[in-house]
Amino acid sequence: MATRLQFENNCEVGVFSKLTNAYCLVAIGGSESFYSTFEAELADVIPVVKTSIGGTRIIGRLCAGNKNGLLLPHTTTDQELQHLRNSLPDSVVVQRIEERLSALGNCISCNDHVALTHPDLDRETEEMIADVLGVEVFRQTIAGNILVGSYCAFSNRGGLVHPHTSIEDLDELSTLLQVPLVAGTVNRGSEVIASGLTVNDWTAFCGSDTTATELSVIESVFKLREAQPSALVDEMRKSLIDTYV
Amino acid sequence: MFTVPQTIGSVLCCKCGMLMQPNAANMCAKCLRSEVDITEGLQKHVVIIHCPECESYLQPPRTWMKMQLESKELLTFCIKRLKNLNKVHLVHAEFIWTEPHSKRIKVRLRVQKEVLNGAVLEQAYTVEYVVQDQMCESCTRVQANPDQWVAAVQLRQHVSHRRTFFYLEQLIIKHDEARNAIRIKQMDQGIDFFLEARNAIRIKQMDQGIDFFFVNRSHAGKFVDFVGEVSPIRKRNDKQLVSHDPKSNNYNYKYTFSVEICPVCREDLICLPPKVAATQGNLGPLVICTKVTNSIALLDPFTLRHCFLNAEQYWRAPFKALLSSRQLVEYIVLDIETISSEVVGGSKYAVADAQIARVSDFGKNDILFNVRTHLGHLLNPGDYAFGYDLYGANSNDIELDRYKGLVLPEVILIKKSYEEKRQRKRNKPRTWKLKSLNMEIDNSTRGRDHEEKMNAEYEQFKRDLEENPELRFNISLYRNKEYQPSEMASETDGEDIPSIQIEELLDNLDLSDEEMEGGILKD
Repeated sequence: MATRLQFENNCEVGVFSKLTNAYCLVAIGGSESFYSTFEAELADVIPVVKTSIGGTRIIGRLCAGNKNGLLLPHTTTDQELQHLRNSLPDSVVVQRIEERLSALGNCISCNDHVALTHPDLDRETEEMIADVLGVEVFRQTIAGNILVGSYCAFSNRGGLVHPHTSIEDLDELSTLLQVPLVAGTVNRGSEVIASGLTVNDWTAFCGSDTTATELSVIESVFKLREAQPSALVDEMRKSLIDTYV
Repeated sequence: MFTVPQTIGSVLCCKCGMLMQPNAANMCAKCLRSEVDITEGLQKHVVIIHCPECESYLQPPRTWMKMQLESKELLTFCIKRLKNLNKVHLVHAEFIWTEPHSKRIKVRLRVQKEVLNGAVLEQAYTVEYVVQDQMCESCTRVQANPDQWVAAVQLRQHVSHRRTFFYLEQLIIKHDEARNAIRIKQMDQGIDFFLEARNAIRIKQMDQGIDFFFVNRSHAGKFVDFVGEVSPIRKRNDKQLVSHDPKSNNYNYKYTFSVEICPVCREDLICLPPKVAATQGNLGPLVICTKVTNSIALLDPFTLRHCFLNAEQYWRAPFKALLSSRQLVEYIVLDIETISSEVVGGSKYAVADAQIARVSDFGKNDILFNVRTHLGHLLNPGDYAFGYDLYGANSNDIELDRYKGLVLPEVILIKKSYEEKRQRKRNKPRTWKLKSLNMEIDNSTRGRDHEEKMNAEYEQFKRDLEENPELRFNISLYRNKEYQPSEMASETDGEDIPSIQIEELLDNLDLSDEEMEGGILKD
C-alpha cells in the first residue's frame, strides 16, 4: 500500500525519512503529523525512530541502510550515534564511516541483497558497505547521473528509476539487481525518485503531489497490492482519488 | 569507441497515464497544455488604424506606412503592435484569410515558452486586428487643397531650342529625381519643378521651360543640387509668407528657387570675351563647346587645345553663343589632308585641311572653301558634314568687335552628317525608345507650327543620342517592342550609320505599380 503525505508542506518525503524492512527513521518535524502517519502504518511491525543527523533534518539523504545495518556520515554527532544504537534493534549494525562524499543517501541505493553506489566512492567505503550491509556492491550510473541514491529507489520486490533511463540501461540494471525495474516519475513528474518516495517490501510513502497514475505504477512495480478484493478496492480508491475537495 | 545504442523507453504520463517519451515535465503535451497556458497575458485583440486613400497604416504617434494587404511588411507591422510578445519566443506567423471588406485581419502565431522544469511548450493562437479607417495627414491636406505646394523650382534656359531640356528630362527619369514632384510645368525657356513628398500630381510644360512643384523645401533644395551637378547653373531662392501664428511663432512660407541654366550648349560656336580667353591661356577666340556637364568643355578647333569652365567661372563673365545648332549648314567634303593628330580629353581629333562645298551649292556653282578642321579623323572625301557658315553669316556680336584684326575662317565644321544614309532608313522605326515625364503643356503662347518644330527637335535629339555614346551614358534606353529586326538584316551595306547596339538597351520593364505611385512617368 502506498500512502501519500507531506513533511511540513513539502512533498519530498524521501529526504526526511528512511524506511527499511527492520526499522524506520523520521526527521524531527515542526508538527507531529509526519511521525504519526508513519507510526499508524508501521508501529506494530518495526520501530519508528525520530532522529537528526549532524544536527540536520535531511536524514533520508545522509544515511544508507537495510535490515542488516545502517551507515552514517562522519558529520553524525556522538549523541546521535548513541541514540540510534540504543533505539534500533540489536541485529542492525550502526556504523559511522569516513567518506569524502558525505551524503550517503544520495550515493548509495540498496536493498537487502544488492547495492548500487556512486562511481567515485572510496574503496574502503565500498568494503564497509559490503561488510556492514551484507550486500553485493556495484558501481553504476542511472540515465547518465552519478547520484544513484537519488534517482532510483528499489526494494527486494521491485524498483523505480529515473524516467530518461534507456531500455538497455534498464535491462542491465535489472540483471544486476535481480528485480523488475520500471522507469517512472513521482510527485507529478519529478525525476528525483528517491527524494519523493521511500519504500520497503510491503509499504511505500510518497509525496502528496503524486498523481494517481504514478501511484498505480509504484504499487504495481513494488508489488504492494494485496490479493483480497476489498483491500484492492480500498487501495484503488486511495490511488484513484487525487484530492479531496 | 564502442558506444551502446541507447533507446529511450517510454514512461506513463503522470496525469493521464498515457504512454509517452519522457520529457522535462514528464507530462504528455495535452496534459501540459491543460496545465499551463503560455498565451495567457498576451494580446488577442488589437486595433490598427488605416488610411483608405493611400492604403497606409498608422504607426503611432505619427508615422504612416504604405503596405499591401497580406504582405510581409504588414505582418511585421502587426506583430510589432503586440505588446508583451517579448515574454515568449515567436516561432511562426502567418495571415488567416479574412474578407477584405470585413475590416478584420487575423494572424496566427506560434510561440514557445519554457514551463515547469525546462520543458519547452509550443502553442499556436490567433490574434484578431480590427481595422479602423482614418485619413492620414497628407491625404487630408491633398483633399483640402490638391494644388498646394510649398516649394517650387523654376528652371530656365534662354535659348531657342529645347535640346537641353530633352536631355535633362531623360536624366531626371533615370535618377528618379522627380519622384518628389507634384507638378512639372514646362515653360517656354525652362522647367519649373514644384516639389512635393512622393505624390506627383501634374507637370506643366510651358514654352520656355518646365515648372516642378513640391511640398518640402528640402526636396526642392536637393533637386536644385541635382540640376547643378548636370549643368552649370545660377540660382537664387526667395520665400513668401503665407501664414503666421503669433502665439507659437510659427511661420509658413512658400519657397521659390529660380534656376537659370547657362545658354551655352553642345556644338555651339562661341567667341570668347578677351578676359576669359586671357585667363584660359589665350585660347583662340573662336571655340566650339564640346560637352556640357557641371562644367563647360571648350575646344579650339585649330590648335586642338581645350579648357573647362565651371559654373562660377562662367557666370562671373557670362557669354552667349555666336552661332548655335539651329544654324548648322550641310557641306560635302571634296578633299581632305590630315596635318596632325592629338588626343584631347579622351577623344581623338586630327587637324586637317579640307576642301568643301555647301550641299546647296554643289553641282550648281563652283563655290569651294578651303578650311582647316579638327574632324580629320572622321571625314573622308565624299562625306557630308555639318558646320557653321561664317562666310555668309552676319554676326552681330560685341565680343567679336573687341578683337581687332581677327580673321574669321569661312567655315567651321562641327560634326559628320549621316543624312544620306538616314534617307534610306527614313521610315524604319528605331530599335529603341525613350520614356518621358508626364508634363502639362501650357498652350497659351503657342504658334501653329510649334508642334512640328518640337517633333523635329526631338528627332534631332534622338539622332544625337545615336551618334554620341558619351551622351547615352547617363540615360536609360528601352527596347522598342514594335521593332522588327529581320528587315534590317538584309539592308546592311558597307558603312552603316551609327546605331545603338541591342545590348545597351534596357528591356522595357512594365513597372506599372511604380508608375501609378509616381504618377509622373509615362511611356
